[in-house]
Amino acid sequence: MKYKSQKVAYWFFALSMLLLVLQITYGFIMGFARVGLDGLHDFIPFNTARAVHTNLLVVWLLSGFMGAAYYIIPEESQRELVSVKLAYVQLISLALVGVTAIVGYHFNIWEGRKFLEIPRPLDYLVVANVLLFLGLIIMTLIKGKKKTTTSIVLTMGLLFAALLYLPGMLPFDSQVTDSFFRWWVVHLWVEGVWELIMGGILSFLLIKLTGVDREVIEKWLYVIVGLTFLSGVLGTGHHYYYIGVNKIWLIVGGIFSALEPLAFLAMALFAVKMYRKGEKKHPNKLALYWTLGSAIVSFVGAGLLGFAHTLPQTNLYTHGTLVTAMHGHLAFWGAYAMIVLAIISYALPNLTGRKLYETTRGQAAFWLSNIGMLGMTIAFGVAGVVQVYLERKLKMDFMAVQDEISIHFWVLIIGATCFTTGIILFIVDFIKHGKPNDEALEVQNN
Amino acid sequence: MLSKKQARAFFLGGTVVTFLIFIGLTIFSFSKAQDQTNHGKITEAVVRGKDLWEKNNCMGCHSILGEGAYYAPELTQVLDRKGAGYVKAALMSKTPWAPNGRKMVAYGFTEEEANDLISFFDWIDDIDLNGFETVVSPLAKDKK
Repeated sequence: MKYKSQKVAYWFFALSMLLLVLQITYGFIMGFARVGLDGLHDFIPFNTARAVHTNLLVVWLLSGFMGAAYYIIPEESQRELVSVKLAYVQLISLALVGVTAIVGYHFNIWEGRKFLEIPRPLDYLVVANVLLFLGLIIMTLIKGKKKTTTSIVLTMGLLFAALLYLPGMLPFDSQVTDSFFRWWVVHLWVEGVWELIMGGILSFLLIKLTGVDREVIEKWLYVIVGLTFLSGVLGTGHHYYYIGVNKIWLIVGGIFSALEPLAFLAMALFAVKMYRKGEKKHPNKLALYWTLGSAIVSFVGAGLLGFAHTLPQTNLYTHGTLVTAMHGHLAFWGAYAMIVLAIISYALPNLTGRKLYETTRGQAAFWLSNIGMLGMTIAFGVAGVVQVYLERKLKMDFMAVQDEISIHFWVLIIGATCFTTGIILFIVDFIKHGKPNDEALEVQNN
Repeated sequence: MLSKKQARAFFLGGTVVTFLIFIGLTIFSFSKAQDQTNHGKITEAVVRGKDLWEKNNCMGCHSILGEGAYYAPELTQVLDRKGAGYVKAALMSKTPWAPNGRKMVAYGFTEEEANDLISFFDWIDDIDLNGFETVVSPLAKDKK
């Protein structure tokens, strides 16, 4: 690492890993409940497990993005963070708000709106927390010696993500209006501004790992995020086909969401091309695996599997089925989880001075988690397609169909076990690196 | 060959234009003439029902308008499918409702609360869902 204050990133990454483990635990509770093993129902019913599972996903990814920003922004703007103390205050308050929300979910305290279950009073604390974070990042950027495209795109992504949280806080009497604006947050996050964050981190990693000229990488970064917004903003329409709003969204959403895979394809091609073009052979192969892996898996999960059910004619049957869970799992994993794991894999050796690049454990973590997630995606996909056919074509009762497809949830649990083994190995590697230290400042950064 | 400046213009221009169209379409969708939801029929009971729906995170198991968790049945058109009496019994049950082995939380709603939720479902049932209403609940369609 080049700046002392980058050390704060380590603790955001550590929080990320802790929350990821919890997220997986609640995922298992849901998986077992689906095959009838719901012994925890009285304490952790499915809706609690589900809210915890999805909210922890959002919080650990946000913590990872924040850690990435605290690592990248000082290095890109060539100065220390404006206040390390406030960054730690922000970290602790983020953890407290997250934990309070999750404990509340066990006592029926929530808003009950998919992905945005955090109760309103805590929403205000989230806003305050994110404002503090943005203040620190933007002030560092303004006072810095350089304002690179990478740092600006990353900061824009984080700023817009904060702004887009606000429509989710508007109260509506109509379920339809409520749902409409809930997607302003959820869709425009994951298929919009989060891709700016992903693009910023990807660009930083490619500059560091491949040695390709910054100007070339950043030019293509603009093209990719341009494609993302061009397709993603109006692509929001694919959530509006069948929720009770005008038919115009069938046309607009259909056309623009069909274009959404282009941005992911461009991202995958761009990452692979930069890797091939690069003459620098960076020793941190693991970081390179996760970086290229993220670009490629996001194209499959978010791009291809998203396209699989985005056309209105298909979505008419798949809307509200497990097909969505198939797409959701591989998309979040490829686009966001893997990019966070990539920046952690790159930053950890630099923060701690321990260059554990070539461990078999690290390689196993990469392959087991990816194979496991692919297995889970296939299990959800098969269950989803069978559900669509039996329930919506053969008109079978919901629960009768659930019985028929329960075998696929055993496959899901096997896939999840493989995935979890990979994640545990990743965390063992994380711990083996030790804590960040000032001696790492003297270690040659690559 | 594309320059960095042109690439930035493509990003900024594309974003601004698509976002403006998006805002325009949003305003159009919520204009009175385009209402498909019988917005005027949202009574106080419907709003109270929606509030209960959210406060108890029903969407964490069920789905409505195709949105939710796919663990428990879709509730769009549930009244046509099952009848208000059945739904009321499930809502007011003091023990976990589990007709097919999968348990529901025993909310034990009062009769008034159950009626509010039924008003909410009743309002949902009349929304024009661009054809989804016939697919999501084919059994209900047969009954009509």
